[in-house]
Amino acid sequence: MSKFLIPLFAFLLLVAVFVVGLTMDPSRIPSPLLENPAPVFSLPSLQDPAVEVGSANYANSMALVNIWATWCAGCRQEHGFLLELAREGDIPIFGLNWRDNRPDALQWLQTLGDPYIASAFDVDGRVGIDWGAYGAPETFLVDRNGVVIHKHIAPLNREIWERDFVPLIRAREGVE
Amino acid sequence: MTKLLVIVGVLFLVSGQVFAIDVGQSFEDPELQARYEKIIAEVRCLKCQNQTIKDSNAFLASDLRREIRRLLEEGKTDDEIYDFLVARYGDFALYRPRTSGRTLILWIMPMMFVVFGAFALWRVVQRRVALPIDDESMDGS
Repeated sequence: MSKFLIPLFAFLLLVAVFVVGLTMDPSRIPSPLLENPAPVFSLPSLQDPAVEVGSANYANSMALVNIWATWCAGCRQEHGFLLELAREGDIPIFGLNWRDNRPDALQWLQTLGDPYIASAFDVDGRVGIDWGAYGAPETFLVDRNGVVIHKHIAPLNREIWERDFVPLIRAREGVE
Repeated sequence: MTKLLVIVGVLFLVSGQVFAIDVGQSFEDPELQARYEKIIAEVRCLKCQNQTIKDSNAFLASDLRREIRRLLEEGKTDDEIYDFLVARYGDFALYRPRTSGRTLILWIMPMMFVVFGAFALWRVVQRRVALPIDDESMDGS
């Protein structure tokens, strides 16, 4: 009996490993920032280089930090939804313009609309590295104590928002 | 014709220099330069996952090389630099992830396979040795 059971068990184990391994997306790397304090930063504003914006802009409230750039096609895809979220006004969205150039980024916000409470201009990508960014768009949910509670890689939309973000926001609001 | 081939061949041989990334000397101090080259060969470019940041010209790789140069200039140790990267990008950023609770399975699995294989082999050999040698099976019929 064990003659068949052992290979069968080994086979099922292998199947389980493959099911888990092959359905994982290697381009989505879990962020070590989760449940840890978000980076504290200050950068020149996209609109005005003389003005500094950063994590202070969304201190003491739950916020989204959205890493975007004009070279990023996915950012254009999610932009409409970000505008909807901003219009609903339930959560401030802070923009980190990553590795971009100022005229293009300003042009983008002018023609497509600006969902951000403020946009930081991270031209050399240094703050992006502090956030562990490797592919825009990336969106972080930061709670009012400055702790990262969720990270979404890839364009955001209503469905993902309702599924992944809303329950987390509700749970935190219940606690606070 | 042969001459042309030789020329093309030689051009291919020397073209590696052209495609190499970050060939310049980054540090005056040869010791720092050696450490820098060692570290960038150990760090994964997360944008282009099967390359190290030494081999990649993605902007993220060049940003990470710049940060590593900055940390070296600040006198950080190799471990502090790896900590900096792991804190931001996770264990996956290092080609040789450290042994921790999360990565232990990566290190233990191959050893388990070897032990399990050796055990299986031993069992089979034992059984074969115990088999009676009869003429029929010796004939191979």
